[in-house]
Amino acid sequence: MADDETTRRPDADAGAAPPAAAPAAGGPAHKPPPPKKVEATDASAHPWVAGIRAAFPDAVVSAKEFAKQVTVVVARERIAEVARHLKDREDFRYCVDVTAVDWRDRQPRFDVVYHFYSFSKNDRIRVKCAVGEADEVPSISEVFLAANWSERETWDMFGIRFAGHPDLRRILTWDGFNGFPLRKDFPLEGIDTGAAVYPEEWPEGGGPSPDDPNAKVVS
Amino acid sequence: MSDERPISETEKGLALRTAEELRTAALSAAESVPVSLHPPTLFDVQEMELNFGPQHPSTHGVLRLVVRVDGEKIIETKPDIGYLHRGTEKLFETETYPMGIPHTDRLDYVAAATNNHAYCLTVEKLLGVEIPRRAQLVRVILDELQRLSSHLVWLGTSGIDLGAVTPFWYAFREREQILDFFEEYCGARLTLNCMRIGGLPFDLTAGWIERLTEFIDDLPSRIDDYEQLLTENRIWKKRTVDVGVISGEECIEWGVTGPVLRASGVEWDLRRAQPYECYDELDFAIPTRVNGDTYDRYVVRVQEMRQSARIIKQCLDLLEPGEVRGKVPRVIKPLAEEVYASIESPKGELGFYCVSNGTNRPYRMHVRPPSFINLQALPRLAKGHLVSDLVALIGTIDIVLGEVDR
Repeated sequence: MADDETTRRPDADAGAAPPAAAPAAGGPAHKPPPPKKVEATDASAHPWVAGIRAAFPDAVVSAKEFAKQVTVVVARERIAEVARHLKDREDFRYCVDVTAVDWRDRQPRFDVVYHFYSFSKNDRIRVKCAVGEADEVPSISEVFLAANWSERETWDMFGIRFAGHPDLRRILTWDGFNGFPLRKDFPLEGIDTGAAVYPEEWPEGGGPSPDDPNAKVVS
Repeated sequence: MSDERPISETEKGLALRTAEELRTAALSAAESVPVSLHPPTLFDVQEMELNFGPQHPSTHGVLRLVVRVDGEKIIETKPDIGYLHRGTEKLFETETYPMGIPHTDRLDYVAAATNNHAYCLTVEKLLGVEIPRRAQLVRVILDELQRLSSHLVWLGTSGIDLGAVTPFWYAFREREQILDFFEEYCGARLTLNCMRIGGLPFDLTAGWIERLTEFIDDLPSRIDDYEQLLTENRIWKKRTVDVGVISGEECIEWGVTGPVLRASGVEWDLRRAQPYECYDELDFAIPTRVNGDTYDRYVVRVQEMRQSARIIKQCLDLLEPGEVRGKVPRVIKPLAEEVYASIESPKGELGFYCVSNGTNRPYRMHVRPPSFINLQALPRLAKGHLVSDLVALIGTIDIVLGEVDR
């Protein structure tokens, strides 16, 4: 239900941002100039990208730079090796974050997004890999301890499995919860999962499915 | 003092014994006891699982820890979180960019201004807009006031956790005054919603600057008050020194940021490393300590409060009349791009990762919460300590469950 609705009310935030509208309310002729557009550029020649490509010739899919931030898309199978390379060779020692994006109609469906930071370079790199619904991503929690909970959260919210993760349990929702809340097809109102707080009675996925017409909507 | 009895030399000697000496003495005493062939099992290793929380006053919210203990000693800690999960990231996707700002108030609810700031900074980066000079300075003032109030909440509550009730009253006295400044500026005391994409919602009210100057001039002496109560306090030191030691390398490995990282000797602060707004023009120090224990984290936070006061004073001197809102279109529709921006919140690196699909709503807005990542290191900190130290350790990481669970 989410993203077709995002285009439906383009004028919605004129009312949502009263302080923005307030100075302009005197005359409709006053129109602030649009902010200058920053375009993304290709970053295939960037030294970090070249470094990954030199180490793993088949790993890099594409690379771009936007707002001084480098994004590298790598093959899903190589992500743990790329993370190890970035940590050991490029000195990206601090794993800032692991998350995902659900592109509902795309194949493969998800992007898993990693942010790394290097203290010596004082810069960040974003690494992404495309993941299908049935795919498993190699876990980087062996490389960066910090990724442990972030990967668990990504599993909990998107249903993306991380192969080799030491403790891949749900973290924010409860054991036995059925559904992945940050997927685009999960209803915003939530679902009644049959109060599945007792895993012995309601095993993983034991509650009614989100598509079940009889599932009661809790608001 | 009613006890006028003179203290004998033996008693003085006994009082000065260290833990190691006591242990040796106890062991040698135990050796003189005859050993039975069938000893009682009372003192055998008896592991048990203990539920710490979710309703426990020292967990500062709804945090449950499943602790495996041997007697009083912690063998393993398993945090169980999510009791306050409200699906904030999902809500961002359904609302326009300006409508997302109030949701950020509810993440780290004792530091709403810094959350607003990180969110606005991310969207501004995506749009490529510059904000006016006056707005930058006021944002920095609000941020630092928020850092002060957040650290004051931390100081008061973690003092109470360890049995020091008095600092709480002093810390909250100043916090109330800071909240008054927020209330006068934007009408709210806790969920501030005090920033907008492209600048600020309002200009400062008349007299605000003068009153704030007066408060900030007075603040260092108030911080002296807290330090007098705690810094050299023997009980405070006994409970905090050498408790939960973590090295700088380990902090980085666990992704721990903020005062915890700086107390372990890593001089890293996003205000200095990747300056946003006008932090690069301001003169301030980054307090660091080397031991990485609970006491050092206390010292670092108190020193940070002094630096915040310094920053606010400089910003107040630099303030000049001007616009507080940059040129931002009325309907915010960024390019279909992605961007990550982060600031130094009172707890550590607070970042937002925004993916846009060219519409007026974010396609995906992810929060990188410092509390969530820092809490991950708690089992590592708590291992081998006593159950009562766990209380000190939850306090010292300074978590806010609204941000952990989102």
